[in-house]
Amino acid sequence: MQVTSPVRPPLVTGGKTVSDVTQDISRHVENKPTKLWIMAFTLSVITLCYGSYCLWTTWYEGIGMWGLNKTIGWAWDITNFVWWVGIGHAGTLISAILLLFRQKWRTSINRAAEAMTIFAVICAASFIVAHMGRPWLAYWALPLPNAFGSLWVNFNSPLVWDVFAISTYFTVSLVFWYIGLVPDFATIRERATGVRRVAYGALSLGWDGSAKAWQRYEAVSLVLAGCSTPLVLSVHTIVSMDFATSVIPGWHATIFPPYFVAGAIFSGFAMVLTLMLITRVVFRLEDYITVEHMESMNKVIVLTGSIVGIAYLSEFFIAWYSHVPYESYTFINRAFGDDYWWAYWSMMTCNVISPQLFWFRTVRRSIAWTFLLSIVVNIGMWFERFVIIATSLSRDFIPSSWAYFSPTLYDIGDYLFTFGLFFTLFLLFAKFFPVVNMAEVKAIIKSSSAKKDTK
Amino acid sequence: MSKSTNYIIGVFNDEDVLMDAVGTLRSSGVKIQEAYTPFPVHGLDDALGYKPSNLPIAAFLFGLTGTICALLLTIGTMGYDWPMDIGGKPYIPLPHFIPVTFELTILLASLGMVATFLIISNLKPWGHDPFMFDGRSTDDKFLIVIDLDKNKMDKVALTNLFKQTGASEVNSKIVENH
Repeated sequence: MQVTSPVRPPLVTGGKTVSDVTQDISRHVENKPTKLWIMAFTLSVITLCYGSYCLWTTWYEGIGMWGLNKTIGWAWDITNFVWWVGIGHAGTLISAILLLFRQKWRTSINRAAEAMTIFAVICAASFIVAHMGRPWLAYWALPLPNAFGSLWVNFNSPLVWDVFAISTYFTVSLVFWYIGLVPDFATIRERATGVRRVAYGALSLGWDGSAKAWQRYEAVSLVLAGCSTPLVLSVHTIVSMDFATSVIPGWHATIFPPYFVAGAIFSGFAMVLTLMLITRVVFRLEDYITVEHMESMNKVIVLTGSIVGIAYLSEFFIAWYSHVPYESYTFINRAFGDDYWWAYWSMMTCNVISPQLFWFRTVRRSIAWTFLLSIVVNIGMWFERFVIIATSLSRDFIPSSWAYFSPTLYDIGDYLFTFGLFFTLFLLFAKFFPVVNMAEVKAIIKSSSAKKDTK
Repeated sequence: MSKSTNYIIGVFNDEDVLMDAVGTLRSSGVKIQEAYTPFPVHGLDDALGYKPSNLPIAAFLFGLTGTICALLLTIGTMGYDWPMDIGGKPYIPLPHFIPVTFELTILLASLGMVATFLIISNLKPWGHDPFMFDGRSTDDKFLIVIDLDKNKMDKVALTNLFKQTGASEVNSKIVENH
């Protein structure tokens, strides 16, 4: 008998059966790519090629290719790094924290969000390596005894904590994502023939769907979720400590860890929305990624956007309350000075003011508004990272070293590289991997779907 | 020399019917070999009489190993192998070692548990397309598999019992043991 909750709208619409889920999701993996996919993929690869050229030049010539100067030693590189890491956070949040909270609406979107996490962290890592200047020596960041004697990395340094945090985050997210894919690969394997059967057979690791295997699988998922939840919070906390443990005015703030974590969730959910709204149209998944999913994510965006807004105001208040002239100056200059006011007010408009529109139900449930605002939020979050990094560095303690940052073509090109890489990887994922977690959607279909009739 | 085993397989269309069937079969004294489902059915492991998995304990032990390794690494390198005065900080500032210790704990707990899961479940990418009693069990069918030799009831009685519990099909399969 179908039980329909009077308070909760269905999560899967269109009267889908368990078999329909297999058909709908496997179709994209089995069919030839659509024209739209080929166009998007070509564009991504072109961007990737141009970006690779810029990145190669940066590696070969050194980071003098960037617009860095005597004062601003970190600019777009670390801005982009923090931004991409933040984007990645929504994936783990959706798969881990919402799993622990038993939120069923996560099931249709968790797979793509986790893929987004992994690709975003790869993009973030590319800036970490690039900003080292001599990327072939990147292994110096690892605790390896070296040829000069047993000189070790400095475990007091937040930059070393970052190496551990990001690599652990990437590894655990990758494993979590892959374990979730295994049963779905088995479903595709059973439908495939020839080379595809061998390929998906290898990917599915020999999964047979026995009750014993599912019992272990669920235990693994739950413990991985339990491990990932504090991991998500720790990673962005540590990223914020790259700044907060320094003494630069504008960075030296205890509010940074929670503020960065909220910002990461904020921008991550916005990116999930951008991608999901495109994916649902391109792959015709309107019955799986519904307006209900969109509304739930928009509620998270309005919450985290408000937290971020309060953090901005708290920073300003504390700068005044601390009676530290350098700190107060940094904040007043950031908002009302001549050089970076445009970045500051772009950040305020995109992150604090525009998401407040989501308090209106019609905006929250409108696809066009959501798509627009999700992009606005991502732009705003990039500006937030830029404002924190560049404006704090541009006005140092000594006026003689004050400077302004202007990006070069290579700054822009390296940023484009990550867009090319991200979308190329995401499109390959969307074509060859099941983009919605079939097994988990099947598990909720009875309790949360709008089925026409069952026996 | 190879020997063959006779299996009888009940195919169900619905997870609730499957759960009821498992209960009915077990209370009639039937020994169920295994059940196969396209998605995790909550409570099926209890119904089949499986003990809870010990994987969380494995994860804890791996995590503990990670904590110990991280503390040995940080304290050993910074405190004993090459002590350096960094900004007048103590050689072994434990609060500074928390991030690395935490990350290695999570890393080893996760990787260790997943490796254990793959090994005990015989999941590996090479060398086998697993034996499937019915390929549809990864799509929308639910299977209960019974080893005829291990049960007192004969095939006809078991087929009838399956039909009574709501199976949509009852199939039999002879599997060669190697």
